[in-house]
Amino acid sequence: MNLVSAGFFLGIVGLTLIVTYIAAKRTSSASDFYTAGGGLKGWQNGFAIAGDYLSAAAFLGVSGAIALTGFDGFFFSVGYVVANLVLLYIIAEPMRNLGRYTLADMLTARFNEKRIRGVAATGTIIIVILYMIAQLVGAGALIKLLFGIEYWLAVLIVGVMMTTYVLFGGMTATSWVQIIKAGLLLFGTGMLAVLVLAKFDFSLMKMFDTISTQHGDEYLVPGMKYTSAIDSVSMMMALVLGTSGLPHILMRFFTVKDAKTARSSISWTTWITAIFFSLTIFLGFGAMHFVGIDQILAESKAGNTAAPLLAEYLGGNIMLSFIGAVAFATILAVVSGLVLTGASAISHDIYGEIIMGGKLTEKQQVMAARIGSISIAIISILLALGAQSLNVSFLVSFAFCIGASANLPVILYTIYWKKFNANGAVAAMVTGLVSCLVLGAMGPNIWSPTGNAIFVGDPLVNLAVPAIITIPLGFIAGYLGSVLTAHKVEQAEAERIYKEIRVKANTGISVQDVSH
Amino acid sequence: MSNIKDINSAKRDSINYEAIDRMESFNRFVKKKNTFLFGTTVAFLTFYIFLPILAFQPVLQQKAIGSITWVWVYSLALFIMTIVLCTVYIKMAAKFDKFAAAVLNEYEKAGAK
Repeated sequence: MNLVSAGFFLGIVGLTLIVTYIAAKRTSSASDFYTAGGGLKGWQNGFAIAGDYLSAAAFLGVSGAIALTGFDGFFFSVGYVVANLVLLYIIAEPMRNLGRYTLADMLTARFNEKRIRGVAATGTIIIVILYMIAQLVGAGALIKLLFGIEYWLAVLIVGVMMTTYVLFGGMTATSWVQIIKAGLLLFGTGMLAVLVLAKFDFSLMKMFDTISTQHGDEYLVPGMKYTSAIDSVSMMMALVLGTSGLPHILMRFFTVKDAKTARSSISWTTWITAIFFSLTIFLGFGAMHFVGIDQILAESKAGNTAAPLLAEYLGGNIMLSFIGAVAFATILAVVSGLVLTGASAISHDIYGEIIMGGKLTEKQQVMAARIGSISIAIISILLALGAQSLNVSFLVSFAFCIGASANLPVILYTIYWKKFNANGAVAAMVTGLVSCLVLGAMGPNIWSPTGNAIFVGDPLVNLAVPAIITIPLGFIAGYLGSVLTAHKVEQAEAERIYKEIRVKANTGISVQDVSH
Repeated sequence: MSNIKDINSAKRDSINYEAIDRMESFNRFVKKKNTFLFGTTVAFLTFYIFLPILAFQPVLQQKAIGSITWVWVYSLALFIMTIVLCTVYIKMAAKFDKFAAAVLNEYEKAGAK
């Protein structure tokens, strides 16, 4: 590690610690801890949600994928951007109007049963851990590459940082780390994109012509990674629908005071992500042309270092150090959000509500939240240390798949379908979750005849992301579970509660009063 | 939103949700809103999912402008669609806020229990 990169690195660490220190003074209640007291402004939450979207997988992964496979990598960019609309149109406002701290809170507003909370919390924990392992393993490899630190030490540093932010600063610190990181990332990618475009005389045509003539037309159409439409359709479904089912994204809607602010948050996020993902074209093609595919592959098979290598080519050591520090901040911010979400499921849902029956004092709740944060951090760090040699970046797409198959059907039915009942909710969540895990475990990310995956052998399901099967399964299970058990449900009471949900979701009346 | 909050604090324990749910103006409003929301959602998801389907067909693989192929143009259209529909939503939602406020005002005036 040289002096310049050490400077940027320490600058990021210092800045985020100051933020955490200030946030810690404002974090005294459970609502402060989980939702920053519900006091974020629209633009702040918008940047923070964008911070959640723009994980290392998005920044390093997508630019690397475009550099190596051309248009196939850009599929991700389109998916992430359009996903904003699903959130905005059918999820964000009702979520804000009905929920309190967690996804389970929102579901139990309609079905006040412990099993619903238990299943929802379990799903949340599984998504958080899968997502976190992928981020931590990626972080370890990246930091090792950028700063020459050993893998285990790198994972440990990230682990300690994320725990510190969450433990002391709760959602306020996590949000501000996200906001700072989203700003830095936008600035950094913008700078790289302008430098790349300058090399092509600011002509988009010239850039595409150069890629076409010097690298081949196959980079300008899909087909290098995805050979069939069904594989890419399945992946695109997981991206666009899964975002609305990711617990760490959903939790962000509770950090604002009302539906109107939730709406303006997503509007900010939409603009930020649309700009950012447009820029991934320049990062990807820039890296392909100026760094070269061989060089990228030599550093990392998945292409994760394409963007830092491009930075080095364009701006030497200073630029490399800056982009490295931004990537580091990106990882820190995303894992902090995940720790907080995991803690909310363990401490609020499982311990506070299910085990203790919601009878914790404010002080006990905050203590439980802190213990939960430490537990989820330790579990993830240990798993990440064990997974060093595995290629785990696909776990992120599994998380999207579970979000789309287990959480989205339940959320939609809860808000919009009168005849939905608790049995349907359990059926939908369990079916979505189990089918994703089982089909995923039989898929090509786990099994490969040539030894490119974790086990050697033929995959039983030839879909990298099984969303095209599992999303319909989640919806069907929710429907059948409700219809088949309709006679067992106390109809009058169920209808009364649904009417209340419908009025609350549509008018925002009594937002402060959701007390389940 | 502010008048909703007033109702909120004043009538915290006495909101008759069933009465609101029965109101004709409320049901008209919800129907209008859901038609808009789901109609638009189905439309943009359909347009979106045709990208990976058509991307493997010759039609989107041909060059559109210079070396830029139609898949990029289609993707650009999806980006623009996202920004436009986001703006449209914000406009429509402001209208729906007014409807919602009107419904709650009507409920208040009716002096429902």
